[in-house]
Amino acid sequence: MNKSNSSTRLAYQKIGYGFLTVMAFLTVIPIVLVLLYILKQGLPAISWEFLTGFPSDGMKAGGILPAIVGTIYLTIGTAIFAVPLGIGAAIYLSEYAGDNKLTRAIRISIINLAGIPSVVYGLFGLGLFVIFMKFGTSILAGSLTLGIMTIPVIISTAEEALRSVPQSFRIVSISLGATRWQTIRRIVLPQAVSGILTGVILGLERAAGETAPILFTAAAFFLPRLPTSPFDATMALPYHLFVISTQVPGMPIEIQYGTALVLIFFVLTMNIFATVIRSRARARRQW
Amino acid sequence: MKTSNTKYEFIITPIIKAMGFSAILFVVLIFYFLISEGIVTLKEVPLKNLFSTRWYPIEDYYGILPLLGGSLIVTLGAMLVAVPVGVCTAIYISEISPGRTREILKPLVEMLGGFPSVVLGFLGILILSPYLRILMNLSTGLTALAGSLLLAGIALPTIVSISEDALDAVPRSYRDASLALGATDWQTIWYVTLPAARSGVLTAIMLGIGRAVGETIAVMMVTGNAPVLPTGLRYLFMPVRTMTATIAAEMGEVAEGSTHYHVLFFIGIVLFLISLIINVTASALAIRSRKRAERILS
Amino acid sequence: MNNKIIVDHLFLNYSDGTESLKDINLFIPEHAITVLFGPAGGGKSSLLRVINRLNELADVVFLSGKVLLDGENILDPKIDINQLRRRIGMVFARPVVLPMSIRSNLTYGLEIAGVKEKSLFDEAIERSLKQAALWEEVKDRLDDPAVALSGGQQQRLCLARSLALQPEVILLDEPTSGLDPISTGKVESSLQELKLLYTIILVPHSIQQAARVADYAAFFLQGELVEYAPGKDIFTKPQDKRAEDYIEGRFG
Repeated sequence: MNKSNSSTRLAYQKIGYGFLTVMAFLTVIPIVLVLLYILKQGLPAISWEFLTGFPSDGMKAGGILPAIVGTIYLTIGTAIFAVPLGIGAAIYLSEYAGDNKLTRAIRISIINLAGIPSVVYGLFGLGLFVIFMKFGTSILAGSLTLGIMTIPVIISTAEEALRSVPQSFRIVSISLGATRWQTIRRIVLPQAVSGILTGVILGLERAAGETAPILFTAAAFFLPRLPTSPFDATMALPYHLFVISTQVPGMPIEIQYGTALVLIFFVLTMNIFATVIRSRARARRQW
Repeated sequence: MKTSNTKYEFIITPIIKAMGFSAILFVVLIFYFLISEGIVTLKEVPLKNLFSTRWYPIEDYYGILPLLGGSLIVTLGAMLVAVPVGVCTAIYISEISPGRTREILKPLVEMLGGFPSVVLGFLGILILSPYLRILMNLSTGLTALAGSLLLAGIALPTIVSISEDALDAVPRSYRDASLALGATDWQTIWYVTLPAARSGVLTAIMLGIGRAVGETIAVMMVTGNAPVLPTGLRYLFMPVRTMTATIAAEMGEVAEGSTHYHVLFFIGIVLFLISLIINVTASALAIRSRKRAERILS
Repeated sequence: MNNKIIVDHLFLNYSDGTESLKDINLFIPEHAITVLFGPAGGGKSSLLRVINRLNELADVVFLSGKVLLDGENILDPKIDINQLRRRIGMVFARPVVLPMSIRSNLTYGLEIAGVKEKSLFDEAIERSLKQAALWEEVKDRLDDPAVALSGGQQQRLCLARSLALQPEVILLDEPTSGLDPISTGKVESSLQELKLLYTIILVPHSIQQAARVADYAAFFLQGELVEYAPGKDIFTKPQDKRAEDYIEGRFG
């Protein structure tokens, strides 16, 4: 290889690297710009009244408290259904399941569930919970729908967290006379907790931001009171943002941005929370 | 010494097993409900109508082809942007970026992944569409192109993180061997690392496609919702309607049990099957690549 | 001297064909160190794991024969397997400390057995650490995480962990393979004291270790028990040619 050849190759490399760098920042810079823009446009709308008041004047004024509360209720409801089931299924896959056709069927099902479009979940929720089980448009129906949608995410991350616990711990525990469940409860689960928690938070974050699944199962355009029972319909931040930006003529821009800001804030806080848990757990790991 | 807890464990173990099988139950349940409300369509709507190019439910035109076409063109447009940008970003993060940059980039990409799609749709209406309209001198900015750009943003995080995982998983020894033969880092990436991560990147792209096809709210807000069959790329600059947006927009206005209602469920079945095919293929790819890697490395 | 364990016509096959056992007949005397030695793949680790039935964690396709502990067949499915594993302690090749404090590592076995009295815990901790020759080094930092200990200390902690349950038999599978000579020496001298109270079965990581500690030794080759004799005899005057070749270092 003579020298000129290698300097040409290095030149290609510099150009190529430059191109890739541009691409990468093309991905990332819009995110930052978008966040800053929403912050700038939306911050003026944020006030105590905005966060704790009800919409008035046909949504064009007032606050978004019922939407905030609704999203919180739906998120909690989703957690109630998805978290125990998801973690339980993950424990089954990681600690009990053998390598057979049945296990493979479960895994394909999980992959499937993860890929189903959110609006199809909405249809399913409508058909099963709202109509067939007669829950009506309610927090219950919405939570169940969002819950089933969130389960595959929780199962994947929880299973990964459980599998990352070294097998040698399980062997030692068994050799000391522990049963399988004692081993899971005393060693495997405690070590996997932060990984599981990260996955749960990320799953719930996605559920909190979804509109399509709650469109026909839980969401209401306007409610004069906060929901008082799981059978009540509710407002919710994603749906509210959708409605005020597409269905309400003459909607003040800053209220729209303000609502978007609150929703993003909600979601991002969960995201940051999950990231912090993950890095702290990594630092404190004892193996 | 006493033995412990066996009664308790007797109850817990079957519960855990049942939870494991619940995933199968849910898939079956969803499929069953879609079928039970949607398959009636085949009886109520003649096939010539169902697969025609006119979607106008008020006058009993239930042609789903424009909707399929709408989903197709918007997804295609999204992938034209998201695949190159996403894979290049993944390569950058995995192979080139210095540690500190990576620490900032990865969380940022993850953050984009967590963005509620309704916010993207919202920005699409307020910023992207008017901008496109002015830039390209169109009559309206609510077009397939706007939808494609938003979908690209939605699919990007999936493509980036899964590709990046695949690139990361390529053994160091491959890169070391290439460099030892005198290749530059750049040549190593394109001739060694990327091909080695090929199936993982393909999986990432397929999952990105799945995500794009399934997106509802963002496309509903910016694609203009005109159910016109796109027959060429110029339709990118015109309003279209996706299958997902159709269901979301019209479900609230149908009478339960009506033909229109059944057709919407039928579209749901189509979406379910499309995502089934995409996701199962993607994971089969992933499993095959892992098995191949195990064989090579053992 | 009594036989603590009698292995009677034991056959074992795993699904991947490795480490099988063919018609093993063996006596393990109590209060002595019995060494199982031989080249890799001979079945020594398999036999250890049959004794505390840890082999059931792997894919066993065939198992027949009996293993009698104090006359009782421990391979009988009706046996309380968790209780059995408490009567038989095991130390593995790499020190595996549980991700907890030193104290919790030691009390783990007692807690899962249902013991709740704190005084019993304290007594077990001190006794087992002294038996493993680790008490002086850690008595002031029992609540420190166990991973903070050195390799040799961790392995002695693993030994103490088994001792806390007051087993009757202790199985050791190449316990000193990752340790420096000084730690190895400490473990070996602990074993000499421990054999007065317990029955010890050891897979050594070198012939020299086998010769140092064995009261009785069994030579395993490809799943068969080739020769069995008191330690002082087998290493100086092996009867079987194959054992002699291995001991002389002609293969291994």
